[in-house]
Amino acid sequence: MLEKNVTLSLKGCIQGALLCIPVFPGIIALSAVFGTVAAQKGLTFLETLMINSLVFAGASQFVAMEVYNEPLTWGLLIAMVGVTGAVNMRMLLIGASLRPWLGQVPGYQTYPALFFLTDLNWLLAISEYEKGTRDWGVYLGSGLTVWAVWSLSVIPGYFAGSLITDPKAFGLDVILPAFFAALLVPLWKGKRQTVSWLIAGGVAWLTWIAVGGYWSIFTGAVAGAIAGAYLDE
Amino acid sequence: MSEAIAASGILPSDWMFVFAVIGMVAVTYSLRAGGYWLMGRLSITPRVRRGLEALPGAIIVSTIFPIVLKGGIAVGLCLVVAIAAQVKLKKEYAAVFCAALVAAGLRAVGV
Repeated sequence: MLEKNVTLSLKGCIQGALLCIPVFPGIIALSAVFGTVAAQKGLTFLETLMINSLVFAGASQFVAMEVYNEPLTWGLLIAMVGVTGAVNMRMLLIGASLRPWLGQVPGYQTYPALFFLTDLNWLLAISEYEKGTRDWGVYLGSGLTVWAVWSLSVIPGYFAGSLITDPKAFGLDVILPAFFAALLVPLWKGKRQTVSWLIAGGVAWLTWIAVGGYWSIFTGAVAGAIAGAYLDE
Repeated sequence: MSEAIAASGILPSDWMFVFAVIGMVAVTYSLRAGGYWLMGRLSITPRVRRGLEALPGAIIVSTIFPIVLKGGIAVGLCLVVAIAAQVKLKKEYAAVFCAALVAAGLRAVGV
């Protein structure tokens, strides 16, 4: 059940890069805000670049900075790693969903490329896949682009944090969720989606009420996927 | 750095920071690669494939849901606008632009 005609081309990479453009303001604002938070927490410039570009997972970085305190003890360190894992648990699922597409691509290409896996480029790639694209350059190109923009945008935020104290006033905070919502539209095909999305939303909601935080993404997604698997055409 | 080691006899906090980042990167990369790796060990039956196909939508819904609950009516309304714009115009950038515009407008009037 693996795709056979999977390709990788520069054209695909460029297409992936171009698809990211609408969300540049959202990525730039979020990364810049992270730079400001890091500066306020007393991280050095190099430490900020390191955590931002290497971890490369927005929400988890913010949560880890909530935990961070000087002096950094082993206890705090373990807590930072722990919350990062909890917030990023959903990456297991989005990575799994790339298997049918990338399963035939050699591991020395896919495993390095998976470093650049984010919700954003995964979502762009998967909606292109739905449209029939098999060139995984769309995934790689968008991943590298998001990483580059994310890595650079932290710099102005670190040095000039006061300039963007309120991204909400410009509506920058809704760009990423709005983009996700827009990409949901072409994924809808009929009753199966309606039912599995309702189940996903319901379980996410209950989880959010019960434990809060980011677990709802994981539990909702798993519930929706199971529903999708067992709802026959 | 060497002074700090000399002074305290333990690792200076900036090395602790490096270790923290290494730990965060390790756990995040294992999650990024782990799901993909695991699916390669399981056989992709039609049912598993249908589950994987249902994942993107389920993840988006589960991701947006807490954002709406936290953001309240303004954020909820913006996402409705984004969906409506996408249905009508079929352009992601237009949907995003409309949503941000509505958000900025709502914040300006204090919603």
